[in-house]
Amino acid sequence: MDASDNSLWVLLVAVIGGAIRVGTPFIFVSLGECLTEKSGRINLGLEGNLIMGAMSAYAVSYLTGSPWLGVLAAAGSGCILGAVHALLCQHPKVNDIALGIAMMLFATGLAFFFGKPFIQPSAPHLPSVSLGAWSDWPVLKSALDINLLFFVGVALAPFIAWFLKSTRPGNRVRIAGESADAALAMGLSVNRLRFFSTVVGGAMASVGGSYLSLFYPGSWSEGLSSGQGLMAVALVIFARWDPIKCLYASFLFGSAAALGPALQSVGVTSGYYLFNAAPYVLTLAIMIATSNSTGTIKGLPGEFVK
Amino acid sequence: MQNLRETWLISLAALFVSAAILAVFLLACKQSPVDVFTSLYVGAFGSWFSWQNTLVRATPLMLTAFCTLMPARVGYIVIGGEGAFVVGGLMAALTGISLQGLNAYVVLTAMLLTGALCGGLWILAVGALRAFRQVNETISSLLLNYIAIAILNFLVVGILKDPATLNNPSTASIGDDNMLTSIGETSIHWGIFYGLSACVGLFVLCRLSTLGFAMDVVGGNTRAARLVGLPLNRIILLSCFIGGACAGVAGMLEVAAIQGRANSSLAAGYGYAGILVAFLARQNPLAVIPYAILLGGIQAAGGLLQRNHDLPDATTGVIQGIIFMVILTSEIFYGRFAWLQSKPRVA
Repeated sequence: MDASDNSLWVLLVAVIGGAIRVGTPFIFVSLGECLTEKSGRINLGLEGNLIMGAMSAYAVSYLTGSPWLGVLAAAGSGCILGAVHALLCQHPKVNDIALGIAMMLFATGLAFFFGKPFIQPSAPHLPSVSLGAWSDWPVLKSALDINLLFFVGVALAPFIAWFLKSTRPGNRVRIAGESADAALAMGLSVNRLRFFSTVVGGAMASVGGSYLSLFYPGSWSEGLSSGQGLMAVALVIFARWDPIKCLYASFLFGSAAALGPALQSVGVTSGYYLFNAAPYVLTLAIMIATSNSTGTIKGLPGEFVK
Repeated sequence: MQNLRETWLISLAALFVSAAILAVFLLACKQSPVDVFTSLYVGAFGSWFSWQNTLVRATPLMLTAFCTLMPARVGYIVIGGEGAFVVGGLMAALTGISLQGLNAYVVLTAMLLTGALCGGLWILAVGALRAFRQVNETISSLLLNYIAIAILNFLVVGILKDPATLNNPSTASIGDDNMLTSIGETSIHWGIFYGLSACVGLFVLCRLSTLGFAMDVVGGNTRAARLVGLPLNRIILLSCFIGGACAGVAGMLEVAAIQGRANSSLAAGYGYAGILVAFLARQNPLAVIPYAILLGGIQAAGGLLQRNHDLPDATTGVIQGIIFMVILTSEIFYGRFAWLQSKPRVA
């Protein structure tokens, strides 16, 4: 096969494979954040959920031998963290942004605290589907080695879009996000709707974390997550609070994050640390590009317009 | 104006509640809370040795806190202290290296100014993006943290690497003569006075100057500030610049008093701990001093907790997280207790 000799092809395949591989946790975190923000609240603590999810998934997978139980444990930890955020934020005097930062520090500390004994042992990984079996080119083979959670994430996006658009509870969540006054006038409990959205959103973010520790990079360490949870907040803005667009945006961010390792695989090593910053620079660039001087963004839930 | 008695009582109560939650947490981990709290005290404030350790760690926190505190006065939540710290430290180190041979005071002053300028501009960019383009300042400042660390790593393993530093790639040394010295026989360096003067100076600025009052007006009610004709953007950018400059000076101190060169250990989390100090101090620059010492103490005691109780080093992170959450929740109780409110003066 000629293509295997061409480093440009290798780079392209590595970036596309990376977009799927690195982008998967972004799908879960951004969908979780999207749901939470649709209800009119911002949860900046999802970075903590991600790390906590990664740790609990790894620990449970190691102790029970079942990675799927690990994913379940991650979801549980995410529910608890989401519930804490939602309950404390109910009071108007508690700032949701500041509390998000606090939750991030707390959950990260907690994950490192309990995760210390699990840094060495290796836990069973989540199974993946090898879609590249037809090819005898190893680069393509490894790029098409796709984890089952990826398919879950891809299915989740249209499901959430449908839920928000066409179901009664979904519409209520949106009402709480568009106008708390309108929701109150309809006799809906804004706090309960936001509680539900934050808990489910937190669980999704933690499942994204379980992907980090149980598939790619595939081990638990303290440097596992590096801001994916926070980038997801910017990603949701970029995706205009649309779950389907969150999916596309996740691929874009995944490929940006895969650029550094992909370049390294074809022998470009000089700017490794600079390319590592690519997803952050991309996020910042997108935030600036999609901004305007008045702060009105299409799709912004009404409760954020001050 | 905040009611001082109410602030202190509620903050103190919040610290006690945090301690209680921590005690429950420790019990759940089969540790004796009494023993751990004793070790925390001994490690932080139990001896002159631990006091020195605590004060050395409190110094950068006194400065990085302002990176969140100053923008908060105009209503911005900035968490970019880590980035400003790294940029300030890196640029100060470069200044120190290139000015070698000059008088140590000249070198240190140049390093101080470079650190302040670069850190200030770093956060000024965050403020400008928000003021002119409505880019969320919390997220952009956090992204800039990661970008700053990436630039630092790129430079210290690349063009700025001193070949002699193999295991821990670093820049060249700023030279022993140019290091900021310790005070007398102690291990506390003179940088603590930079921190203390920032706290006192910015207290004067925030509480006693017209500029500080203008900042409060902008933070309290942007519309009102615009209506009375305040130069809104200039005030916002200035407060961001001052905040970033403080964090930059903290980075410079880390280089000039501790490391002697710039390397990846600049990103040690002082910027993040500073956020907590700022929220604990509830935007009062003088209150930064005791809370920076408290947080410095908790960090200083981390080693003792590890040795005596076999607790992981992340324990201090858990403690800080608990305090942070409880303090934010304690906002609920302000104005709730009639006996704590100051009585309106009858003219």
